[in-house]
Amino acid sequence: MTERTRVEVELTVNGRSHRVRVEPRRTLADALRDDCGLTGTHLGCEHGVCGACTILADGEPVRSCLMFAVQCEGMDLRTVEDLADGDRLHPIQQAFWENHGLQCGFCTPGFLMLSAGYLAQNPDPDEEELRAVLSSNLCRCTGYQNILKAVRQAAEVMRG
Amino acid sequence: MSYVGSSVKRIEDRPLLTGEARFAADLSLPDQLHMRVVRSPVAHGRLLEVDTSEARSMDGVEAVWTGDDVREVPPIDFRMAWVEGLERFRQSILAADHVRYVGEPVAIVLAEDPYLAEDAAELVFAGIDELDPVVDPMAAGPAAIETTVVEKAYGDLEGAFGDAPVVVEMELAVGRHSGVPMETRGALACYDPLRSVLEMFGAAKVPHHNRAAIASMLGLPLGAVVLREGHVGGGFGIRGELYPEDVLVCLAALRLGRPIRWVEDRREHMLAANHSRDQVHRIRAAVESDGRIRGVIDEFWVDQGAYLRTHQVTVTELTTSMLPGPYAWPAYRSRGHVMLSNKTPCGTYRAPGRYESTFVRERLIEVIAHRLSLDSSEVRRRNLVPPERMPFERGIAALGTEVTYDSGDYPGLLDRTLEYLDYEQLTADLARRRSDGERVGLGMGFFVEKSGLGPFDGVRVTVDEAGQVLVVTGVASIGQGVETVLAQVCADALGVGIESVRVRHGQTDDLAYGMGAFASRVTVMSGSATLIAARRVRRKAVDVAASVLEADPDDLTIDRGRVFVRGSPGGPAITLGEVARRLRPGLTAGEPGLTAEGWFTVDHMVYPYGIHAAVVRVDPDSGQVEVERLVVAYEVGKAVNPELVHGQIAGGAAQGIGGALLEDFAYDESGQPLAATFMDYLMPTVAEMPDVEVLLLEEAPSPANPLGVKGAGEGGITAVGAAVANAVAEALGRPEEVTRLPLGPERVRRIAAGVA
Repeated sequence: MTERTRVEVELTVNGRSHRVRVEPRRTLADALRDDCGLTGTHLGCEHGVCGACTILADGEPVRSCLMFAVQCEGMDLRTVEDLADGDRLHPIQQAFWENHGLQCGFCTPGFLMLSAGYLAQNPDPDEEELRAVLSSNLCRCTGYQNILKAVRQAAEVMRG
Repeated sequence: MSYVGSSVKRIEDRPLLTGEARFAADLSLPDQLHMRVVRSPVAHGRLLEVDTSEARSMDGVEAVWTGDDVREVPPIDFRMAWVEGLERFRQSILAADHVRYVGEPVAIVLAEDPYLAEDAAELVFAGIDELDPVVDPMAAGPAAIETTVVEKAYGDLEGAFGDAPVVVEMELAVGRHSGVPMETRGALACYDPLRSVLEMFGAAKVPHHNRAAIASMLGLPLGAVVLREGHVGGGFGIRGELYPEDVLVCLAALRLGRPIRWVEDRREHMLAANHSRDQVHRIRAAVESDGRIRGVIDEFWVDQGAYLRTHQVTVTELTTSMLPGPYAWPAYRSRGHVMLSNKTPCGTYRAPGRYESTFVRERLIEVIAHRLSLDSSEVRRRNLVPPERMPFERGIAALGTEVTYDSGDYPGLLDRTLEYLDYEQLTADLARRRSDGERVGLGMGFFVEKSGLGPFDGVRVTVDEAGQVLVVTGVASIGQGVETVLAQVCADALGVGIESVRVRHGQTDDLAYGMGAFASRVTVMSGSATLIAARRVRRKAVDVAASVLEADPDDLTIDRGRVFVRGSPGGPAITLGEVARRLRPGLTAGEPGLTAEGWFTVDHMVYPYGIHAAVVRVDPDSGQVEVERLVVAYEVGKAVNPELVHGQIAGGAAQGIGGALLEDFAYDESGQPLAATFMDYLMPTVAEMPDVEVLLLEEAPSPANPLGVKGAGEGGITAVGAAVANAVAEALGRPEEVTRLPLGPERVRRIAAGVA
């Protein structure tokens, strides 16, 4: 086995720069969690199905388990840790809380970031499209109806 | 105001929303090593030699161990044991001389980095002399191993079947599926020389039991092991049982003197964590021509997988004892054969034994109704246990306690459900849609759940000098809302605002005893213990306050943490914090501290019950089943937090739809798993889910506990398989051909085409 090579990458996460040394094969999710210390991004399957690791890359919801850290230099990366403003929850977080949109909470960061990215581009989604978008992530606790309710409410609040 | 009964927002949500939560994989310790498990690639074989040399020579690999290196550790014992003499079927933490399922641990690698550990694990070569696997134990003949037969019976079966006007016989099967929580398993173990304890983070469900089991397996005194539960990403029965990996991280931490971290990947989870269900039933009913059932004989086979794990034969035990459900059949016998196969071992999954037996029983009812040209609701009604026979003694035991349904009005619930559905209108609408060419149908399933398994649980309530309340419980939280529910009970009983209550759970050094979170028991057991403890604290506070306020204790009340004379909130008062200050050691003649423990013990479980109704639309060409409506009527005794009960039911219903239509741990003939990723093991997304309609009833409070509650964790899933199957049968006009779950597209197409 040859000496494993690491390369230096500068990741911009939640507006802060993190200079990390990673193997080229290191996933963005692992780099965020283990190198940047941002463990709010969760890994549920590591093959892009469950969506628990969803973050925003340049505003787009992406599966961070399907990206390599070395691909992400120069991108504006946003994780769940970026949503709240100090003690004040983001409207999507607040709506999940008020509508009992989470139980174990493991899938929640992925749903929050998926919704944040989607609502930023589609502030007034129709029901069918909202269901289609949210069907890209898995939750095993809630049966989804409260997640739907929460995102609908958040959209309303964010439209003002 | 009363917190109990109101849908207060959960107190545990903030860290889960902000990303600050600490799940097992979020924990790290300095100098930790990462464990990777090498697993058997074949279903059955003799283990010849495990070659670890290449892996061991890699830089950064600290150790590689095989079964030979852990021989002194005994197999994992049963947590629940109902049958003697089954010890030889237990699983060792690493395979010793045989491998018996794909995914069985054969070696572990301990390395400086998780990627490196995985690289090294790929270089471990297990020499295996392959043997024929048993994939279908019912077809395997003499090669199949029957571990035991669990039998329950009551009544006169000969009389029932002797001259029965109608006998209905069916074979029905439920596929292999499981909890599959979104968080995979993980653990972090370290030895703490300061306190001389081995500490393991990542515990769940039953930390106290697992602490004792790990201590015993590793030859440590009980006090030298501490288990810690952090945030837990879903339980559903399968998480938190003692698995080989939990013991291995502890063993490695002890031997190497370094923290050991293990996080499984999803494929490992699908291969290694407990599967469940997987039963085939042959059931016979002797029936009067008016639909009244005289007796039922059931024989079934459980594909247990390769080993008996911590639950031993619990699922079979529950299947036999709960199969009669809400019906007062005068005679009954069930024999469950627990069969081994070369598949992942099975344990419990939400509503174990009830999801399966409810499917079997409620399909049977439907077919009886069809044969007798009766409405199936009427057949149900004619067989229900009548309210005047409550409490109803079944005459058999489950999990070591007599099955005694504590309270209920089953015909009343049926009426309420039919009324809610507008049954006649709905069936007429569906008949019209069918005559217009749509394949739509309504199906129902009536079920009895069990909950609140004892024998005990305890809680300590302490008020500090700032008036802050700490509730410490021996149960565990797996994401179901334990903190909020116990805080509601405590706040009401003590007379404080819920914002001043914190709840701590799952730490084995907090309380000497704890049972855990399973069997829909937490609100029943720990909720009752919280009530007892909080009332004791209240009494203590009132006694102190009475002497300070020079009042009669009976005249005092507590509201928002202030003690005062009832009716005079503006008069003299003392805060609970001040009471606590007066209870410092030396200031009181009695026990110091404003604190008390409460223990709740029971001999019997409590039995919630409900009805599921599903309306489905089937596309006979694609085999796709759409669940248009799912109604759950559920009698819960008392809902401490209706919103959380609703959440439990909706979540259970989603899992029930998964088991009814999608989820299946299939294997090929060589025992290779065909569903080891989320691409192959399909779980419901929001696209498959209707808005579950919950008719929550609180009309039959349980007399068996001071809150009157019955468990709510499992009733959302119990009859979904039955209701969906019955609905598909009606939709396709194939009343007898729906005999097996899940109803995947291929099976549905065959049923529709009449070639099932």
